[in-house]
Amino acid sequence: MFLTISTTGTPDRPATDLGFLLHKHPDKAQVFSTAQGKAHVLYPEADDQRCTAALLLEIDPVALVRKGKGKGRGGAPDAALAQYVNDRPYAASSLLAVALSTVFKSALRGVCTAKPELVGRKLPLTVEVPALPARGGAALVTKLFEPLGWTVTAEPVPLDAQFPDWGDSRYVRLVLEGEQVLAEALRHLYVLLPVLDDAKHYWVAPDEVDKLLRAGEGWLAEHPEHKLITSRYLSRRWSLTREAMDRLELVRLADLDDLAVEEVDNAVDETTDTEEKPVPLAVQRRDAIIEALKGAGAHRVLDLGCGQGQLVQALLKDVTFTEIVGVDVSMRALTIAARRLKLERMGERQASRVQLFQGSLAYTDKRLKGYDAAVLSEVIEHLDLPRLPALEYAVFGSARPATVLVTTPNVEYNVRWESLPAGHVRHGDHRFEWTREEFRMWAGQVAERHGYGVEFRPVGPDDPEVGPPTQMAVFTISSTTETTTAKGEKAA
Amino acid sequence: MTNDIRTEAPRAGRVLPVTDLSLVVLVGSTGSGKSSFARKHFKPTEVLSSDFFRGLVADDENDQSASGDAFDVLHYIAGKRLAAGRLTVVDATNVQTEARRQLVQIARQHDVLPIAIVLDVPEEVCAARNAGRADRAGMPRRVIQRHQRELRRSLRHLEREGFRKVHILRGVEEIEHASISIEKRYNDLTHLTGPFDIIGDIHGCRSELDTLLATLGYEDGVHPQGRTAVFVGDLVDRGPDSPGVLRRVMSMVKSGNALCVPGNHENKFGRYLKGRGVQHTHGLAETIEQMEGESEEFRAEVREFIDGLVSHYVLDEGKLVVCHAGLPEKYHGRTSGRVRSHALYGDTTGETDEFGLPVRYPWAEDYRGRAAVVYGHTPVPTATWLNNTICLDTGAVFGGKLTALRWPERELVDVPAEKVWYEPVKPLATEAPGGHEGRPLDLADVHGKRIVETTHAGRVAVREENAAAALEVMSRFAVDPRLVPYLPPTMAPTATSAVEGFLEHPAEAFAQYAADGVERVVCEEKHMGSRAVALVCRDAAAARERFGVEGVTGSLYTRTGRPFFDDSVVTEEILDRVRKAADEAGLWAELGTDWLLLDGELLPWSLKAGGLLRSQYAAVGAAAGAVFPGALAALESAVARGVDAGELLARQRERAADASAFTEAYRRYCWTTDGLEGVRFAPFQVLAVKGRSMAAVPHDEQLALLDRLVAADPTGLLQTTRRLYVDTGSPESVQAGVDWWLEMTGRGGEGMVVKPLGALVRDGKGRLVQPGIKCRGREYLRIIYGAEYTRPENLERLRQRYLGHKRSLALREYALGVEALDRLGAGEPLWRVHEAVFAVLALESEPVDPRL
Repeated sequence: MFLTISTTGTPDRPATDLGFLLHKHPDKAQVFSTAQGKAHVLYPEADDQRCTAALLLEIDPVALVRKGKGKGRGGAPDAALAQYVNDRPYAASSLLAVALSTVFKSALRGVCTAKPELVGRKLPLTVEVPALPARGGAALVTKLFEPLGWTVTAEPVPLDAQFPDWGDSRYVRLVLEGEQVLAEALRHLYVLLPVLDDAKHYWVAPDEVDKLLRAGEGWLAEHPEHKLITSRYLSRRWSLTREAMDRLELVRLADLDDLAVEEVDNAVDETTDTEEKPVPLAVQRRDAIIEALKGAGAHRVLDLGCGQGQLVQALLKDVTFTEIVGVDVSMRALTIAARRLKLERMGERQASRVQLFQGSLAYTDKRLKGYDAAVLSEVIEHLDLPRLPALEYAVFGSARPATVLVTTPNVEYNVRWESLPAGHVRHGDHRFEWTREEFRMWAGQVAERHGYGVEFRPVGPDDPEVGPPTQMAVFTISSTTETTTAKGEKAA
Repeated sequence: MTNDIRTEAPRAGRVLPVTDLSLVVLVGSTGSGKSSFARKHFKPTEVLSSDFFRGLVADDENDQSASGDAFDVLHYIAGKRLAAGRLTVVDATNVQTEARRQLVQIARQHDVLPIAIVLDVPEEVCAARNAGRADRAGMPRRVIQRHQRELRRSLRHLEREGFRKVHILRGVEEIEHASISIEKRYNDLTHLTGPFDIIGDIHGCRSELDTLLATLGYEDGVHPQGRTAVFVGDLVDRGPDSPGVLRRVMSMVKSGNALCVPGNHENKFGRYLKGRGVQHTHGLAETIEQMEGESEEFRAEVREFIDGLVSHYVLDEGKLVVCHAGLPEKYHGRTSGRVRSHALYGDTTGETDEFGLPVRYPWAEDYRGRAAVVYGHTPVPTATWLNNTICLDTGAVFGGKLTALRWPERELVDVPAEKVWYEPVKPLATEAPGGHEGRPLDLADVHGKRIVETTHAGRVAVREENAAAALEVMSRFAVDPRLVPYLPPTMAPTATSAVEGFLEHPAEAFAQYAADGVERVVCEEKHMGSRAVALVCRDAAAARERFGVEGVTGSLYTRTGRPFFDDSVVTEEILDRVRKAADEAGLWAELGTDWLLLDGELLPWSLKAGGLLRSQYAAVGAAAGAVFPGALAALESAVARGVDAGELLARQRERAADASAFTEAYRRYCWTTDGLEGVRFAPFQVLAVKGRSMAAVPHDEQLALLDRLVAADPTGLLQTTRRLYVDTGSPESVQAGVDWWLEMTGRGGEGMVVKPLGALVRDGKGRLVQPGIKCRGREYLRIIYGAEYTRPENLERLRQRYLGHKRSLALREYALGVEALDRLGAGEPLWRVHEAVFAVLALESEPVDPRL
């Protein structure tokens, strides 16, 4: 909510020219009402040698929340704004960027009526932003400003001096120094402050693209990070925001435990698991599963833990599979899957082959009985080990499909992932990752307890030393008897 | 058995018995007076008329082309009524075999008796009646003639078609004077309330039976306190004295001191006695041999006795069902061949095991009924409850024991077998069918829109979207549901205060309780940590015995059922410290329990909320701390230059001070921990112990128990909850409460919770009052409402807050929480406890201002 712009000068080129360029008199305190709050412009110093203009935006934290009450259009699009405990009154965010563009409108456009000759002249400028939220840290700040000719000083702000082990906050104290045209400097700030904050306080409307292009004229196209800048600037699409609304129930349950919602709503992995960026291993896994299903002669198939529905989509393309049921416990995953499959627009005949519904393998479920095969692809490792016996009974004891495919990471292979730090699991929500031996032991016991035979297949390159990245167990029923829970529970 | 005569017969007309749950099919041609007959003898809602349904689907009661659809709807509704256990009468001509076949089918599907009442009226009368009705005047005579012909042809076959009662009324006169008598079903003994002693499979073990009856207090087949014995069948075969057992049981039944349901062995023996060919296997040979010395008279008596046995009984106002081999709820009180067959033989999967015996379907696993089902049939080593069912066959004849269940006490009484009378074909199963209580729950118990019945707040509804969110959290993050027998309800804050500078103040809380008629309240210090529920078992054996889990001695979980610590070793260490304190304080013996369920707060807050603290609270403090020094310096310089910004500077100084106060506020609830070093647990309620919910124990008694627990902990883990008792009617006492709060919050305390001393308190109108009201400290609220909330212009707006929904939610969740504890204490099945627990979690995802 605060920044300063300073310049230095000489008697023939006085620093106070800054006042003309900004259209704000150095000896006055001026107040402007903006949609974001009251913006004050004043000059802590103003003489020939040095002139500093300060912009202070007073934000009303109560109004931020209360305005968002309607939750509809015009409401707060950013979940953070719905909190009274909010950094917006202190941090230099998109609110400050918008205030900047309002208060220094002419300067931003490069108009100076009093002294037109100043426009376009490079000045020795220093910009100070004491609390700049920067997702990506000081390194990104430097990456964004340096190519524009600034000398960048970005110091991380510690979270709390009393708790040094908490580390740094996401804020940096930013000082930019350089010979710059003032209008361009302002446009850099106007675009890059919200980009670094990576959140916006207003709905991104289609005209945002035009705004970005205007403000970025002359520097954005050549900027080495222009992709990141553009995508972050335009990041929040309406549909994505709507999704956030859909999971409000879950948000509240996260709140209860003082958790961030991402810690609870992490069933959908956007970074590694999207169709747009298919991970080759995911494709190999799907191919292996389909091959195994066909080998087992399965027609009616359950995809337990279907996630965003990639496997369901692949199965639909093969008419061998006459009935495909995707089950997941995450409503968000199911919503995304339904959209991916375009369920609502699918023809009746196709639609009759596929079903998606919420289910949980912590419970037995009559709807899952009587299928040819069930796939549990990358599912078991998302459960705490003590809850695995319940899944085991729900699938092998109660649902009892003729064939069950289980895939899970082979932890031995992790040493082959270059990007994976030693000792780390592949996904934040993995509660465990097994060696080949551990997986075989578990699968063998499950098969024994429930009357299945089991064989194992590698998925992905089968490394002679550490094995394949993914391991798959193919269970085939040998007796149709229902097994009792007692056995399953005891042995586990 | 008392029968209710539905309609009076003016003159000595015929009385037609109709079973109270049956499908009554009226048969007669058009114009025979079926609708009038139905109207006269049955309630309008009991009668489904084909004419009406034709009108419903086609806007015309006589549109015969709509008959197909009309009957579809009629059959559908008949099915719904019968499934719900309601007498249903079908008013249609039903003169064709096919029409009746469908109705018999529907009756069978719902296991009720089909009854036919035929109205046989001369053709002329029918024609005359139709002629008198505008809508039927045009009906050709041949329609009536066809109906009459079909009726004649049908009359002989009705019983063979499956109708269990057939009443044929001939002529207008007989119809006019007939009356209906509603009869109870044979299996309906709901009016008998016992008390009962239900006795398991005897199999000819006469001596053990005598010992058991004596142990139960019977003197020569009569109980001095008027108790009734109930035998679950399998009196005979295999054992040493089947005739002796029969003699004893038959005489007790005859004298009204006992009830008996048939077992599969009686059934087979009965067929033998009737001279049918049966194999003399599974111990029948022994019975036949023992019967050889018996008189023909006795044999006849036995035959008659067995013939008269009813497959199962519904007793004690519907709370108890007794049968031989178990019965799913939809068969309770029903009457059909398959009900009898299930009651006698149980459900099988159709397969046989390696001993050549049929594989039994674990029906009790699926059982969700309200009535307790007590049965026998499958020998088990020990009788244990599973989903409100219990098998009492403990293999007396195989050298096990003979077991009885006292009802309603639910006490088991058994006597050991005197010897192995008969070698079992296979060893006794180690578990009752369906296994231990530890079986996974079924999704149908929690999924979708639900209504949970509670004792204290009636029916509590859970919406589908809330259940969906709860399912996700419960499935992915919670500890095993067996170890989450309770989740804490939310609590409403005090009414918004008008005191200057305060948003919340205890004066309103005291005033509200005073208005509710609550005279004495306890103020409990609010520990600023994270809510934690601890289930502490005395040892691993107790955890296994009561909660069916292996390798742990309890659990420690958050408000959403998440484990507090990822590392189970840490959890066990905390449980161990509490356990040792309970040992030391002598709580196990005093409370007669081997487990404790405690509600409390785990500190520090930073332990669990570290992520949120860093990403939100500390971050806001850091941003403020970074921005103000520079901003204030700039403003000071400007003012020093003569710029007119004095007021702005003053305001920014205040805001900077507010921001530091905010940082100070959250810092009080953070400290560094190392393992358990620095961790504290402050219990404030004992929720339940073995055999009872403690929810109704007054808070002063609760706290006294917990003080002793805390005092007995030398490790410093356990922390007391400070408290003050206040009389809401005394101004001095109320002032003392306010001062206490001001003092505590002035030193940085989070605040306090005001609770009525007793539990489940109701106001003058009989409504539950809030079980607790929180009053949060002025400084603490900065963490909730933001650093600058105390500025007058902010407070004024923040006072506009709506508490109604939060209060209603708090009460509903409280009732659900108490319900879970009651069910847990009463030893109800896991799914019943889990249902209430799950509902609390689901309600927590309802939209309500999170700051309240």
